[in-house]
Amino acid sequence: MIKAILIFNNHGKPRLIRFYQYFAEDMQQQIIRETFHLVSKRDDNVCNFLEGGSLIGGSDYKLIYRHYATLYFVFCVDSSESELGILDLIQVSVIIVNVCFHVQVFVETLDKCFENVCELDLIFHMDKVHYILQEVVMGGMVLETNMNEIVAQVELQNRMEKSEGGLSAAPARAVSAVKNMNLPEIPRNINIGDINIKVPSLSPF
Amino acid sequence: MALKIVKGSIDRMFDKNLQDLVRGIRNHKEDEAKYISTCIDEIKQELKQDNIAVKANAVCKLTYLQMLGYDVSWAAFNIVEVMSSSKFTYKRIGYLAASQCFHEGTDVIMLTTNQIRKDLSSPNQYDTGVALTGLSCFVTPDLARDLANDIMTLMSHTKPYIRKKAVLIMYKVFLKYPESLRPAFPRLKEKLEDPDPGVQSAAVNVICELARRNPKNYLSLAPLFFKLMTSSTNNWVLIKIIKLFGALTPLEPRLGKKLIEPLTNLIHSTSAMSLLYECVNTVIAVLISLSSGMPNHSASIQLCVQKLRILIEDSDQNLKYLGLLAMSKILKTHPKSVQSHKDLILQCLDDKDESIRLRALDLLYGMVSKKNLMEIVKKLMLHVDKAEGTTYRDELLTKIIDICSQSNYQYITNFEWYISILVELTRLEGTRHGHLIASQMLDVAIRVKAIRAFAVAQMAMLLDNAHLLTGNMQRNGICEVLYAAAWICGEFSEHLEDPNQTLEAMLRPKVATLPGHIQAVYVQNAAKLFATVLRKHEGATDSQAAQETSQLLVERLPLFVQSANLEVQERASCILQLVKYIQKLQQKDVEVAEEVSALFAGELNPVAPKAQKKVPVPEGLDLDAWINEPPSESESEDEKPKAVFAKEETKHSRPRHTEVDEKELARRREARKQEQANNPFYIKSSPSSQKVYQDAPGVEHIPVVQIDLSVPLKVPGMPMSDQYLKLEEERRQKEKAEKKKKEKKKKREKHGKGKKHDSGPESEEDITPAHHVDIVTEEMPENALPSDDDDKDPNDPHKALDIDLDNLLSGTNCRPLADTEKLPVRTHRSEPLKSPGEDGDVESVPQEPKKRSSKEKKEKKKDKDKDRKKSKEEKKKKKKHKHDAEDEPAELPAEEPVKSEETNEVATPPTSTSAEEVAAPAPAPAPAPETSLAAAPDSEADEPKDAEPEEVKCSKHKKKKQKKEKEKEEKKEKKKKRHHHHHHHSDGGEDSVQNGTMEEEEPLPPMSNYCLLAENSYIKMVYDIQGNLQDGSQVVVSVIFENKSDSFLKSMEFNVLDSLNSKLQRPEGAGPHDGLVVPFQLPPGVSNEARFIFSVQSIVMPQKLKGTLTFIVKSEDSSTHEKLDFKLHFTCTSYLITTPCYSDAYAKLLESGDLKSSSLRLEGVNMPFHHLLARICFHHHFSVVERIDSCASMYSRSIQGHHVCLLVKTADQTVSIDAKCDEPSLLGNVLDEIKQTFSQC
Repeated sequence: MIKAILIFNNHGKPRLIRFYQYFAEDMQQQIIRETFHLVSKRDDNVCNFLEGGSLIGGSDYKLIYRHYATLYFVFCVDSSESELGILDLIQVSVIIVNVCFHVQVFVETLDKCFENVCELDLIFHMDKVHYILQEVVMGGMVLETNMNEIVAQVELQNRMEKSEGGLSAAPARAVSAVKNMNLPEIPRNINIGDINIKVPSLSPF
Repeated sequence: MALKIVKGSIDRMFDKNLQDLVRGIRNHKEDEAKYISTCIDEIKQELKQDNIAVKANAVCKLTYLQMLGYDVSWAAFNIVEVMSSSKFTYKRIGYLAASQCFHEGTDVIMLTTNQIRKDLSSPNQYDTGVALTGLSCFVTPDLARDLANDIMTLMSHTKPYIRKKAVLIMYKVFLKYPESLRPAFPRLKEKLEDPDPGVQSAAVNVICELARRNPKNYLSLAPLFFKLMTSSTNNWVLIKIIKLFGALTPLEPRLGKKLIEPLTNLIHSTSAMSLLYECVNTVIAVLISLSSGMPNHSASIQLCVQKLRILIEDSDQNLKYLGLLAMSKILKTHPKSVQSHKDLILQCLDDKDESIRLRALDLLYGMVSKKNLMEIVKKLMLHVDKAEGTTYRDELLTKIIDICSQSNYQYITNFEWYISILVELTRLEGTRHGHLIASQMLDVAIRVKAIRAFAVAQMAMLLDNAHLLTGNMQRNGICEVLYAAAWICGEFSEHLEDPNQTLEAMLRPKVATLPGHIQAVYVQNAAKLFATVLRKHEGATDSQAAQETSQLLVERLPLFVQSANLEVQERASCILQLVKYIQKLQQKDVEVAEEVSALFAGELNPVAPKAQKKVPVPEGLDLDAWINEPPSESESEDEKPKAVFAKEETKHSRPRHTEVDEKELARRREARKQEQANNPFYIKSSPSSQKVYQDAPGVEHIPVVQIDLSVPLKVPGMPMSDQYLKLEEERRQKEKAEKKKKEKKKKREKHGKGKKHDSGPESEEDITPAHHVDIVTEEMPENALPSDDDDKDPNDPHKALDIDLDNLLSGTNCRPLADTEKLPVRTHRSEPLKSPGEDGDVESVPQEPKKRSSKEKKEKKKDKDKDRKKSKEEKKKKKKHKHDAEDEPAELPAEEPVKSEETNEVATPPTSTSAEEVAAPAPAPAPAPETSLAAAPDSEADEPKDAEPEEVKCSKHKKKKQKKEKEKEEKKEKKKKRHHHHHHHSDGGEDSVQNGTMEEEEPLPPMSNYCLLAENSYIKMVYDIQGNLQDGSQVVVSVIFENKSDSFLKSMEFNVLDSLNSKLQRPEGAGPHDGLVVPFQLPPGVSNEARFIFSVQSIVMPQKLKGTLTFIVKSEDSSTHEKLDFKLHFTCTSYLITTPCYSDAYAKLLESGDLKSSSLRLEGVNMPFHHLLARICFHHHFSVVERIDSCASMYSRSIQGHHVCLLVKTADQTVSIDAKCDEPSLLGNVLDEIKQTFSQC
């Protein structure tokens, strides 16, 4: 079982947290801090496994993490998970996040260059990353490991959201129409629903 | 610029979305908290708006804030609102927020049941998927119970996307609702062979999780998994299966034998490191399980070790780490094969990665032997010196001590060396493990008698140089060793060469800066030393020296008398007075030494840490019984001061025979010897161990020869353990040389083995200890209980899942699913129960105290019986298994003796099928289907029947909320009930009549409100109608569809012909004659419930609506359209809603005079009064306001707000009901219906 998935940056700022066991908010923050403390002091060329921290789990639990540029991806798992398998899974997740955010190409052509995930994607689209992750891990158990399948499902759901008009649909559109009338120039970073999802080159950040 | 500001404010006013929030937070780095609090205020405003899009946006932002650590539970209700949006976009946001912040304590979670059910049966697979994903994070026992059946249905969904999620979530459901495991298991097993790899993987995943906790129940699946393992190509699945086999093999060695070959093949063939690693791991597990009696697996071990070596030598740190991890598993059973890689492991100690170093340390623990211990520890000591981080150094320190002390110092051949190591370790600065070293010193000094003289000498040196180790006394953990040093020097002072000097060292003023508990030991042991000094001097008739010593104490002790520490003070003043007294006697030239040493006479035996726990409780002693009246709860009693060392206790409890003369002592000693001789748990030490003080320098005294105290550059007196290494080697060389001569002859005889022996420098057995040491075993009490009580965590959720599944699987000996094990089908009750409008006033009903007390009683009783029941239930399960062919009644007598103790419990209603048939109000002459419904007492459909009567007893009126809680209790008591049923039959149930006051105890027959709607050979429909509290013009019709055929029923459509007054509510856009699609399909034998909403205008008259159900029967080869007509009967009762009422409000209502009255007489009603009330409450939705003897007032309200009041009186089988209501025709109809209810029974 996976007990928690934590993503935070090099300064320990959480970018996405997902606990599969209930902890109160302050406890969650404490766990993030502790995990960051454990993970951040490790060199990049040491092993990616850590005996679990004191707050989460105990002796049966391990922290398995990967460090990409500015982000740490940490999975807290128990002994029923294969360590190397989870390491692969983290990599798969990162690639999928990249694919879903930036590229509309066949997944088969993926190579190393997709290994670095952009922190900004996570910062501004935490919800979307959650949805992606939900297709990989569900309730603490690995749901799907086939990259093509995951990407396809995420895409289908996004398409469905799009067909409904996205989150900032009707009312927001009306408001932005009003705004457009009032302003002589359309500001570059106006946010209309899914513009950030589908057109990566327009990404305003 | 101005425009920008305007734009910004508009932005903020209308739609600040998640991106804006994040950007805002990033722009307000200095006053982030303040900015966020304004954002939260905005969100609160947004949540108040009606627009769901705005709400969803707000909830999305809250999810982000939750991640930053803000508590957003206050918005839980809004989250539920967003979850119930019909748009996928919003629904997804709602479920995400819920999965992030809902938990079992979230109260609104119970409002979600129906929403989730709706989403689960949604035609859109992503709605279902999102609901499943969300549910997997916040499923509660209630949700699990209510939704288990729906999820089960989804396991056979057409879309693999849904199937895999449904399969996976079942694990969570099992955890929360263990009763669902047995009914769901066959389908789960089926999914192992699902055509879709994702579903298959999910099923493997779930079963692996289950089997990991209770492997024995899944052994029967081994062949299936074996097949999967040889056929699957999905590495992820393979890894899981192989891991599962690792858990199964310890239970079934034959399985292991079969596995070895395919696993070795995989090891050779796979390129995936993760798979290779897991294979190696499982092979190791197999080998462990086979370790005895299977000689021919050395090849496999060799292969594993070889592969692991490759991993460890790899440059990838991860592989290195895992290699070491797996190596440590082999080590346990095949230490020899690992020991040959010692070089590699020692190399890993130098690795820059701490995790790897720690793993290597773990391995070393198992690799030591008598011959290499000193060498390994030397290496570790080098690392200790080099280690920079204190954590790692402390880890090293504990490892050194662990390695040396493991299995009762098995590998230590030279304890002098060990003591030196310990002394060397005291030079570590800033370690936290001072107490660990100290307890080792104490342990060794006490248990290894031969070493005492040496230990005392070393400790004396430590004391003398105390200033060296305690730079900063208070903070430095290492000063704990002084505790041990002082105690050892005092207790074994007869071994001291110069007790005077040590005494002086212990009374230095600097000692006063040590922690209190150490000072206390100093003072106490100074007294012991004093006794020794006195005896020494008196023996030498040197009274001058003795008096000087007394003088020293008299001078120094006052320092301690002033100590702030109470214990130091107390001991110091006692001893000071003693010394002063002795001083007086000395001045009179009285011989005191003998008597003073008698104060500290007696030998100490080490006591095992668990000894106290293992003292058997004498017969007839009940430790739980109170001797006196129990004190008030507030007193906390278990705050015992924690002893610093285990040994401390022994010292305190040691008898002080101040006045005992030598004779008495001798007598006691004799007695104790006798006792020990008879005690099988006391391992006798050598005869000399019973020595007394006088013969102190005994035969085993070892002179401290090896240590050159004046070695330059060393701390004076600190021995170097390295010397021992050299000495030891020399000694071994010598011994070896001697032995070789002897063995040469032997070797010639046994060639093959001899060669192997030669490869190592020497075998274990060759090493003889340097001194004959005799490690005293720790004492255990007489009749100690041998059991090792490794208590399992009683809260472990997996314990409940230890359910026998085998008999579900194998064909011949199978115990079919009992009726009681069917998954609960959703009931009509749950919805109105959970309506938020109701729970408010329910709590504050006047009768509350009574309800409380009865509830409490029950709970107490339950607690008491819990343990008993648990074990019993297990027994029962087993028994049931045996009697599987028998039906229930036949089984009961057999169980009788087991349960007989339960008879004194409060009687609970029997659950008998016959009684139910009678009670069921359905006019249909179809007993067979009726019983099939009723015979599932565990299923929720019947819950109301059981819960209802009890409630009436408890609280005299219906408390809907309570019922929910009860349901759980009900379930637990089910088994008991069955027994009571039996009990009542045999005893004739008359006892309740005999003691009339106990009327409350008499069981009520179960009841159901579901009546038959229609049935044919394919399907049966039962229904119940409930008013909708929120909407005065709506009623909810819950229909349970039960598939009676062997075919699949699908495309069910439910339609009624609307009347002017009552209309079926159809979705927007549907025509007035369109049918409603029933949102599920029915596999054979399955039942499920659907709910239909009708709007009604007038509720004063009963009404009947004609309707039709059309469906497709799909069997293997054909599918046919079928149709079933029915008549829905809307009684006036169904417009009533159970509403509690205060008695004063009730009185006011009656006084108001707005109500019209009517009355009814029922003759020949032969049932107890409370049964009667219960029936009215249950079938007609009334609540009891007050009850006095055989008279009760009752109240109910219609959905349109009509008040209905009843006054029920009974006398001689005649019941008279006076009724009042503001709507006479409604009242008349209700009374008619009541009359009909009673005419049926």
